[in-house]
Amino acid sequence: MNDTRLKTYAWEFPVRFTHWINFLCILTLSVTGFYIGSPFIHAYSSKQWIMGWMRLIHFIAAYTFMMSVIIRLYWSLAGNKYACISEWLPFTGEKTGRMIDDLKCYLLLSRKSCHVGHSALGGLTYLLLFIIFIFEIVSGFAMYSVNHSGAVWTLLGGWLTGIMLLPTIRLYHHILMYVILAFAMIHVYISWFSDSREKSGLMGSIFTGYKFIPEKDVK
Amino acid sequence: MKLFPVDPLQEAAESMGALGDKGLSRRDFMKFCTGMAALLALPASFIPKIAEALGGKKPYLVWLEFQDCCGNTEALLRASKPTVGDIVLDILSVDYHETIMAPAGKQAEKSLMDVVNNQKGKYLVVVEGSIPMKDGGVYCCIGGRSAVDIAREVCGNALATIAVGTCAAYGGIPAALPNPTGAVSVKEAVPGATVINLPGCPVNAENITACIVHYLTFGSLPNTDKLGRPYFAYGKRIHDNCERRAHFDAGQFVRQWGDEGHRQGWCLYEMGCKGPETFKNCPTIKYNEGTSWPVQAGHGCIGCAEPNFWDTMTPFYRRLPKVPGVSIESTADKVGAGLAAATAAGLVIHGIGRAISPKKEE
Repeated sequence: MNDTRLKTYAWEFPVRFTHWINFLCILTLSVTGFYIGSPFIHAYSSKQWIMGWMRLIHFIAAYTFMMSVIIRLYWSLAGNKYACISEWLPFTGEKTGRMIDDLKCYLLLSRKSCHVGHSALGGLTYLLLFIIFIFEIVSGFAMYSVNHSGAVWTLLGGWLTGIMLLPTIRLYHHILMYVILAFAMIHVYISWFSDSREKSGLMGSIFTGYKFIPEKDVK
Repeated sequence: MKLFPVDPLQEAAESMGALGDKGLSRRDFMKFCTGMAALLALPASFIPKIAEALGGKKPYLVWLEFQDCCGNTEALLRASKPTVGDIVLDILSVDYHETIMAPAGKQAEKSLMDVVNNQKGKYLVVVEGSIPMKDGGVYCCIGGRSAVDIAREVCGNALATIAVGTCAAYGGIPAALPNPTGAVSVKEAVPGATVINLPGCPVNAENITACIVHYLTFGSLPNTDKLGRPYFAYGKRIHDNCERRAHFDAGQFVRQWGDEGHRQGWCLYEMGCKGPETFKNCPTIKYNEGTSWPVQAGHGCIGCAEPNFWDTMTPFYRRLPKVPGVSIESTADKVGAGLAAATAAGLVIHGIGRAISPKKEE
């Protein structure tokens, strides 16, 4: 096998930056959020302020996460073609076919060709993921708005309390955390799996931005 | 220096009028007027205005009971600020109340119709209980008329309707799934009526009195939020005014009934307290003359003043509601842990499959 690889710039800085901010935020939000839902640290002195800190960290991470999602969504309009929003919408004829190829590959039935950007199935997953992100942000601010009155929080999420009742909002906010964590596991596994098959430097690309794509696949 | 040019209490006492003849002491009357001003968040200068209004003309009031447990009537009868005898019978002209009125049968129904016909647009109605709409409203009939029929006539012609208790305000327990009688709130049954909602199970009698005092003093009902609840009573979240809030922020939680934390009066959050999602003035007004309220007594809030509380606040002793579409005993965490385990298992199986599948060269 003698293929020539081209060093291709796939992930621009804002894509990589928001990826790692999202990673840190999701980790922080999950740990603090899980504590808020089910306090697993026992305080035995009134001088402690554990729930207070957990909530404060959760809220700061939530604002950071929202900004990161906004930057990433902006970059899906302003960035290069691999960051473009159309990558997340694999509903056109050619891309639908690629989704089936991806699925065959994941089911170990075939080997897929290398992509510079997202795989078609990956793009669809990120579309769903960002819908979940937006719901988490809106439902979070909906709960935040009940004791922070003001137009900002009504706009960011308070309006949801008019459609869904608070316990229901809390339930879905909690369940979707698990969905995001399940995504994260699959995401890391598939990245490693694809990298080991494609040898495209996929795992490194989220740090450096560069992928190494066989010449025949770059068109 | 005097804070007020005229002592409001002195001025108020002069307005006491005929109430003194009914055995109400000046001191109790002043305490009542001051308490009402505080509850309505009014400055002290309004105390004489309240006193003056209470000494004036008696408005007509009728009290209707539909699909209820009489709990709000019980709460009212036990009110002592003022006692039902002191104020409700003296300040108001209560012309119809199924539980406490003297007349019975046709006589009683006639006194209701007399108010509706003679005082059109001038009387107040208190409604307790939800109104069944299914099958033509046959599930609740009084004197041969359905509840919805009575409500349309009585509430539709009233100056205003005060829906007391969660059943009248939102449908409450009769409207809980599967809602066999098609129970609805007063506002849903009579959309055209002016309704003020005082949810709670039961309602706080002080809040009813305060609404009526507000009407007598200002000639209007208090301002309400989007759910029709007056801000003075439902504008703040229980969790934010809770006496155990400091234990919440510290991270001190009751983990089991009767444990050390429970004996120390720590936060009931982990025992499923619904204070964080419930809006009412329970922590400040409390119940039974300010004696106590659920959280003070060591039991979490069950969110009884919120819409659909029986369906959405249950299980009462757990933080999160049941997961819809999954078996009844599943909690969100069981579902989440299952999801995580299934993902991990899937990945392991895939990894093994990948390792043993034959290497194909391109």
